[in-house]
Amino acid sequence: MELTLWTYEGPPHVGAMRIASSMKDIHYVLHAPQGDTYADLLFTMIERRGQRPPVTYTTFQARDLGGDTAELVKKNIKEAVERFKPKTLLVGESCTAELIQDQPGALAKGMGFDMPIVNLELPAYSKKENWGASETFYQLTRTLLKEKVSSSEKISPLRWKELGRRPKVNILGPSLLGFRCRDDVIEIQRILSEQGIDTNVVAPLGASPDDIERLIDAEINICLYQEIAEASCEWLKRNFGMEYTNTIPIGIKNTIEFINEVHNKLDLPLTNKEELEHKSKLPWYSKSVDSNYLTGKRVFIFGDGTHAIAAAKIAKDELGFEVVGLGTYSREMARQVRATAKELNVEALITNNYLEVEDAMKKAAPELVLGTQMERHSAKRLGIPCSVISTPMHVQDVPARYSPQMGWEGANVIFDDWVHPLMMGLEEHLIDMFKHDFEFVDGHQSHLGHTATETKDLINSDDTKDNNPKVGIIWTESGRAELTKIPFFVRGKVKTNTEKYAILRGIPEISDETLYDAKAYFS
Amino acid sequence: MSKVEFNKESGPREVFCGLTSIVWLHRRMPDAFFLVVGSRTCAHLIQSAAGVMIFAEPRFGTAILEEKDLAGLADAHEELDRVVNDLIARRPEIKTLFLVGSCPSEVIKLDLATVAEKLNNRFLGQVRFVNYSGSGIETTFTQGEDGALKALIPLMESSNEEKLLLVGTLANNVEDRFKKIFGNLGISNIESFPPRQSTELPKIGKNTKVLLTQPYLSETVRDLKHRGCEIISAPFPLGIEGSTEWFLAAAKAFKISELKVHEIISPLINRAKLALESHKEILKGKRLFLLPESQLEISLARFLHNECEMDLIEVGTPYLNKELMKEEINLLPDNTKIVEGQHVEKQLDRVRESNPDLVVCGMGLANPLEAEGISTKWSIEMVFSPIHGIDQAADLAGLFSKPLKRNQILTSKTLVTH
Repeated sequence: MELTLWTYEGPPHVGAMRIASSMKDIHYVLHAPQGDTYADLLFTMIERRGQRPPVTYTTFQARDLGGDTAELVKKNIKEAVERFKPKTLLVGESCTAELIQDQPGALAKGMGFDMPIVNLELPAYSKKENWGASETFYQLTRTLLKEKVSSSEKISPLRWKELGRRPKVNILGPSLLGFRCRDDVIEIQRILSEQGIDTNVVAPLGASPDDIERLIDAEINICLYQEIAEASCEWLKRNFGMEYTNTIPIGIKNTIEFINEVHNKLDLPLTNKEELEHKSKLPWYSKSVDSNYLTGKRVFIFGDGTHAIAAAKIAKDELGFEVVGLGTYSREMARQVRATAKELNVEALITNNYLEVEDAMKKAAPELVLGTQMERHSAKRLGIPCSVISTPMHVQDVPARYSPQMGWEGANVIFDDWVHPLMMGLEEHLIDMFKHDFEFVDGHQSHLGHTATETKDLINSDDTKDNNPKVGIIWTESGRAELTKIPFFVRGKVKTNTEKYAILRGIPEISDETLYDAKAYFS
Repeated sequence: MSKVEFNKESGPREVFCGLTSIVWLHRRMPDAFFLVVGSRTCAHLIQSAAGVMIFAEPRFGTAILEEKDLAGLADAHEELDRVVNDLIARRPEIKTLFLVGSCPSEVIKLDLATVAEKLNNRFLGQVRFVNYSGSGIETTFTQGEDGALKALIPLMESSNEEKLLLVGTLANNVEDRFKKIFGNLGISNIESFPPRQSTELPKIGKNTKVLLTQPYLSETVRDLKHRGCEIISAPFPLGIEGSTEWFLAAAKAFKISELKVHEIISPLINRAKLALESHKEILKGKRLFLLPESQLEISLARFLHNECEMDLIEVGTPYLNKELMKEEINLLPDNTKIVEGQHVEKQLDRVRESNPDLVVCGMGLANPLEAEGISTKWSIEMVFSPIHGIDQAADLAGLFSKPLKRNQILTSKTLVTH
């Protein structure tokens, strides 16, 4: 038994829902009690989807348990097939149904349907969401392509040359409720097409079962998110000889490395190597003198495996930060995260417990946190700037604008998304540095809310007009006038300091000159 | 009873389970902790329903069952013991710990009552343990509160003191308003259940007059009756009409004249009617379809028809206790179609066929219906917003007029031509 307050991942059947909802012409019959329908709102609210997930919940109740829940499953399958006419049917169970062992997948297969049926067995008490998504995508691919295994020759990455056409690749892994998948796909397709490479199928996002059957028309697979697509890529390699890429194109170096890897696999000459360095603004923005202050910024990173590893590399190599913490909740990718952490001389944090992450964050004393929505809240509590780089995410992490993480534009987005919270942090330092300067005017507030409440009180309490009877000194006209020119957020402090100085020196009346004397005295 | 048409429907549902009510219960009683004994699905459900509005170290959590817990129940009990010990060590401020059963814990027959009893003995004088089930195989959404309150009744001491007991979670400001108004009526001994502190449970007995604030408390009512409490039969305090009848029923039970009630609440009613006017203008003649979720649907339908002049197409409710709802049903217009239970697909077919102006539904359905051009109001907001009482009638109407108003703004021709 594990005590959980907030969880990074949902149960494995939510992973299956992510695959089903990402695709077309698929329906998922889920043997589950009422309440499990909550998962629909992840798609309709967080992703703002205008369609319901293609899921039928059998909705069994306590009173059904004594009777025939298997009949209930069959009734729901029959109704769902008649109503939605899917080209492929997924059948599975949620945690509770797993306990009553109705074996809905086997029931569905015995009902005499023509369409392919994928029986999903996703152990709810040992596995989690990403595993469920990966397993579902793998089972689906396997079911739809297994008949072609024996008849098909091994697919050579060089086949495009024999066929006399441009090389074709599949982009595998993007799904709903993944981090910025929608835009990553556009960016990667754009990059590939500039290199003269065509996209055969993108899956699961936007694909139909027919598209899955067409996967073998491509020469190689792009494994865009290992968490979702690695198992399928591996199966396609084993059975059809299709090679797949390992580099995740997040950040400039990895995007270039990714392009190189694709070219090498396809034996396609890379003609625009020099151009690639200039495709994104990130390198120059990072090099420009304005970014000097970024050097050695302490950054703490936690997220899914793919995004955490990528973020660590960008932070260190492309922005010149110091990575002071790195971790993931993806146990499946623990080994890779540990390896990256070792290169960075930090200890990897592999955990599901957000409180442990918060503790580690506190100890690392970072200046920037890159994490999930959990870390955003932890960082907020600790007063540290934060940018979200990974799921789980909130509705605000699904922006309306084009904002990929991958490729050239992804690098631009990352520069802005990571540096802006820091600039707001920097502003704090500027305020600190210039707090004795009179150039600051009222209303010049930091973006980091926490000073706002204190300063508001100072603006509102017009204490400059009142003499301070407690200390028995008088502010002259000129003294008061000068005091109003002082930025509101330090005015209170300057007032107290000046009065302190006046008492110390036995000055009964504070003029503008006294104020400057005091400033010099205390600086 | 008005000639209302009752229907039952079964099939796939789109509703929350009883665990969801933890989201407001834990806010009502800040010294209590709700520990769900369930699966990762349960944990994910509560966190998704709660959103991140209350993200902090929350006063609810899930003891997630793992494979080894399913193998042997004895071990599961021991494991739960360990989790509870850890939790109490970390959160010493907890005074009451609710062990909340879930679908999987019910199916494997984890005996939370026995666990609670043992823990009660061990933590005597420090923490009290109660248990109830919020499982989806037995409860829907707001029924979770019914279970939680029912579980607290055995802990309530007996007293024959005459008092008014308001039963059902209310927003604190609404509760204060009610107490003030009852005070003006001459009822001064008023308590609320659930209380604001879990340890300050009201004493009950044969002179306790129970006035329900929420329509989903069937089991709680039954047990309060067993303890000798008198249940005041009344509609629920939603809208001017419901609230007025509610105050009148309470006054009658305390032998306070109707005249006195009218004298006190007339100014409130006049003010509320004025405030309601602008919303009524928008809602009048608009056709409403309520999908089942919170069990507030019947009271809402009554308010939106009688006071806002909306037309009712269908009133869904996940569960209907005709006895508890009889005063409400009496106020509904003739031929109102009530549907208990759900077949979500068939119901959505009826939604589309009837072409409603507004659909009240859960969050899973709202955006898909909006995408089809149907305005919606998500029902979960009703359980989070202060909507009870005469003073809140306009705010309640506002929850329904806002989507229509917004729709009008966004589809207005001026936007398109510019």
